[in-house]
Amino acid sequence: MVADGIAVFSRDVTKVFGRGDTQVHALRGIDLEIRLGELTMLVGPSGSGKTTLLSVITGLLDATSGELVVLGERPTALSPEELILFRRENLGFVFQQYNLIPALTAAENVAVPLLAGGVKRQQAVARGKELLATLGMAHRAHALPSELSGGEQQRVALARALVHEPRLIVCDEPTSALDGRTGHAVMELLSATAVRPDRAVIIVTHDARIFDFADQIAHMDDGRIVSLEENRKNGALTNGLVAASETWSLAEPDARSYTTTGD
Amino acid sequence: MNFVAWKMLVADRAKYFSLIFAIAFASFLLANQISIFIGIMTRPASQILDVVDADIWVMDPQTLYSDEVYALRDYDLYRVRSVPGVEWAVPLYKGLGRAKAPDGKFRNVILLGVDDATLVGAPRKMLVGSIYDLGQPDAAIIDKAGFRYFFPGEPLQVGKTLQMNERRVLIVGISDASAPFQSFPVLHTRYSQALGFVGRERNLLSFVLAKPVAGLSTGEVGHRIEAATGLKARSNEEFSWDAFRFYLRNTGIPVNFGITVMIALIVGTVVPGQTFYIFTIENLKQFGALKAIGVTNRRIIAMILLQAMVVGATGYALGMGMAAAFFASFLNYLPTRGIVLPWQVMAGIAVVVLFVVGLASLMSIRRVIVLEPAVVFRG
Repeated sequence: MVADGIAVFSRDVTKVFGRGDTQVHALRGIDLEIRLGELTMLVGPSGSGKTTLLSVITGLLDATSGELVVLGERPTALSPEELILFRRENLGFVFQQYNLIPALTAAENVAVPLLAGGVKRQQAVARGKELLATLGMAHRAHALPSELSGGEQQRVALARALVHEPRLIVCDEPTSALDGRTGHAVMELLSATAVRPDRAVIIVTHDARIFDFADQIAHMDDGRIVSLEENRKNGALTNGLVAASETWSLAEPDARSYTTTGD
Repeated sequence: MNFVAWKMLVADRAKYFSLIFAIAFASFLLANQISIFIGIMTRPASQILDVVDADIWVMDPQTLYSDEVYALRDYDLYRVRSVPGVEWAVPLYKGLGRAKAPDGKFRNVILLGVDDATLVGAPRKMLVGSIYDLGQPDAAIIDKAGFRYFFPGEPLQVGKTLQMNERRVLIVGISDASAPFQSFPVLHTRYSQALGFVGRERNLLSFVLAKPVAGLSTGEVGHRIEAATGLKARSNEEFSWDAFRFYLRNTGIPVNFGITVMIALIVGTVVPGQTFYIFTIENLKQFGALKAIGVTNRRIIAMILLQAMVVGATGYALGMGMAAAFFASFLNYLPTRGIVLPWQVMAGIAVVVLFVVGLASLMSIRRVIVLEPAVVFRG
């Protein structure tokens, strides 16, 4: 039974790629709860399993074992068609390389999730323009991605993730391609617009500069969550375990609560 | 999502146009070569198809096609006429003669001698004059191409003369006869007159043209003629196909055209197929993002098929337009007259283009279907 207010519930989730000698254990028993109304960051070195966990949570990959509940649904229990529909209605994506369609204008890119859901083009694009306006991008609504700066492209990607009012937003390295200032601006915008009481945000990142925006940080290494840190009300993060690396160490570590899994 | 597919397709103009032109040129080449092939291969049947009055051609049993004839005996005409079911039968001479213009220019000509009394076999499409003027002494009707050859630059007119077998040939009409295979001028004259225009041969009766009585089929009467006379009887259509098949089997024409058509087919399949496949591969990440966002495989297949159909239809239309323009511009050029773009060829090429874009999209679709949407999380 998953408690109310939990967007993602994961218990002993594993993911194994390949067979026999070529087996790779990408996730080794993940226990994690992600609450609605919070912004959770998955951090860790390359190959630690962050992206695999994100793919499993979003139903892009199947878990090999364990229990996973996302917004009240068990992805493994859904048919492929149901899973696609579930993603379309409930999930918003922000990708590292933005993955905007180069042929579409900013407003049209934002409208894609609505178009996928069967909304008429004019309506969808109009909604895309509205959302861009709220993100301060009204004047760039007709620009192609190639005409936008990295920060602008990421704002368009954010608008695309928000346009259909999903309950879970997943972001893969949203600031890694941006300079510090732009990345900070994008994160401010993301926390201001994406985080709502009825919505959870998960961010996979290496970027220690944005850790302050998190309500919860899950440190991952070798397919496990090695520490879980929670944010204090003043914005600084508490420290669960020893920080996994200098890169991710926080300015004011303050142990408060943590969970370890898989060991 | 259709407009997304459309915009993805046309975004890279260079690739879009190379796809279109690859299909357009393949379609054009196919249409061009197949139509010319059909045009040339139907030419041996020109003189058969130009005869609209009679339904049955009677000939020596060993005759293979209309350009190689072994003359019948004169009494064969009467034997055919005596077959029950034959309404009428008339003689037809078909042979090669040599005609010489007043300026000394000469050329082999196809000489057709039609029945003096009925003029059955005379050309029906007259540009100048009338077939009834064949009744005049030494009269002959020449086709337009022949007139242009013997009297270049002169307006089409009757009254001109040629010389055949040291005899005067008076041009009393100019016909629009279908182009013969050898592109020789075509001369029509009376059967009795033909004798004077060619060297003396013992028998002149190349063919007997016959008409079945009303209510009897051509095939049935043809069988009766064969049974009664031992001669060969063919309908116009059968005889035309005989000629077609003869040239198909006994000349290198099909091989030459076949090679060109095959090359056009291979290039037309490989180039657009490969370009379209590369186009899809380049957009794979975007398709992955669409799949992650929640676009179904079915929708993505529809998008790819739409892109393929747009490319195929546009390329095909352009190719057919080019082919139509080509044939229209050569329609009045005498050596290529009568070679047209048949609708059957257009329909056939449409099927080929459909196959090409279908194959190209299948390869692309397969790649997109097996694509893990999780690929979007790989930087």
